[in-house]
Amino acid sequence: MAEGFLERLKSEVLVCDGAMGTMLQARGLTGGACPELWNKNHPERVQEVHRAYFAAGCNMVETNTFGGNRLKLKGYGLEKDVADLNYLGARLAREVCPPGCFVCGSVGPTGHFLEPLGDVSREEIYDVFKEQILALAEGGADVICIETMMDTEEAAIAVRVAKENTDLPVIATMTFELDRNGYRTMMGIDPVTAARRLTEAGADVIGCNCVNGPEIALGVLQEMKPVTDRYLMAQPNAGLPQLIKGETVFELGPEVYAQKYPVLLEVRPHIVGGCCGTTPEHLAFVVKLVKGINS
Amino acid sequence: MGSFEEIARALIVGNHVRVRELTEIALKEGTDPQEIIYKGLIPGINVVGEKFRNNEYYVPQVLLAARAMYAGMDLVRPLIAKLGARYLGRVVIGTAQGDLHDIGKNLVAMMLEGTGFEVINLGSDVSPERFTEEARDKKAQIVGISALMTTTMPGMARTVEALKAAGIRDQVKVMIGGAPVTQLYADEIGADGYARDATAAVAKAKELLSLV
Repeated sequence: MAEGFLERLKSEVLVCDGAMGTMLQARGLTGGACPELWNKNHPERVQEVHRAYFAAGCNMVETNTFGGNRLKLKGYGLEKDVADLNYLGARLAREVCPPGCFVCGSVGPTGHFLEPLGDVSREEIYDVFKEQILALAEGGADVICIETMMDTEEAAIAVRVAKENTDLPVIATMTFELDRNGYRTMMGIDPVTAARRLTEAGADVIGCNCVNGPEIALGVLQEMKPVTDRYLMAQPNAGLPQLIKGETVFELGPEVYAQKYPVLLEVRPHIVGGCCGTTPEHLAFVVKLVKGINS
Repeated sequence: MGSFEEIARALIVGNHVRVRELTEIALKEGTDPQEIIYKGLIPGINVVGEKFRNNEYYVPQVLLAARAMYAGMDLVRPLIAKLGARYLGRVVIGTAQGDLHDIGKNLVAMMLEGTGFEVINLGSDVSPERFTEEARDKKAQIVGISALMTTTMPGMARTVEALKAAGIRDQVKVMIGGAPVTQLYADEIGADGYARDATAAVAKAKELLSLV
């Protein structure tokens, strides 16, 4: 299964899913609640989101485990449930995954800084990711997807964990903003540095996610492409969120998102998808655009 | 005086060892502790704020500068407390209920503190009731709330309501910020001010207390 995944990327563009968090919020997840706890308490709603993305034509979905590391779950008093919540997250996606499609185990940042800047050692971060990634693999993930990273070192450790402890292909994407220096993560990392470091760490697929729209994603991939021999992936947001009359509204609706998306395909990414604010309707448009390339 | 400039310079490059040394020397020489803050630490942290705003600095450089600032501040603060504090104002700060993202909020707290405000940092996931209690008990002039998610932003509106219900809304100014927060939202919920980043937050806090 896992080998099939990388094999497929040689000859076709795959479509990953869109947002999970904002989809769960639309189904009643409140601001203060732990999204990963829904794998246990509302599995049917999590699966409903996965099904909707597969029905829209996505080839792969990401598990509802983005914040499922010990350091993040501790904020909810759930640090003892890391293995359970990640295992369940992978199982839920596995159960509804059609033949020929893939389950990506989502691994987000810990929210802590590495020493000496922060209070967490490299060894501790390694253990934190290992606990999560092993549970995702056990639950049936086909691919490990390390995403929304801002620090290349944290991302590189997560990649190493996945490579040293599983046989699964590894995706690693980071989040960039466009400022007066160009594309930079919050930690000041540029796409070239990120691409080199993630390549060196052994990621099979690298790229960006949670960036503000397809144009930014294009810019990041254009800078990464010349310095890496890995597959490229991009998952842009539906623009920025706004709270309008108590409702979260993203700037780019499905049609506008679809209009802006083709420019990203010019750089020939190997996997595309969406992030915050995107829905199965957004992704149905992306699937259609990608069909045009694959045929 | 050279030593103030040196303190500022060491702070700007994030050298906390040097800031501590220079502060110790200055104190030993009998320098007024308030002057160390206002002529050394504050000018230094102001430069850091500007560099952050201009994308010359990113989070790592700011965190290092913060550590350096506190290295000096921790030595000076007890001495000032003994002399009777002269703060610009007292700020109670935290992230909105349910929001665990506190990096931005901590930058704001640090900048405010560096600028001469007394900051009571309540941490993350702060309930409207807690904001209200702390603001009342500590007699704060400003309540600062940060949110990174649109789903936790309503906690800001509930805090404004809780301050009203407690009868202390007119005694405090409410400032809000965070990536999805806008001036429009501040107006909508009746907050007194919005700031897009830590540097703007300092300017806004001064403005709200008529210090500029």
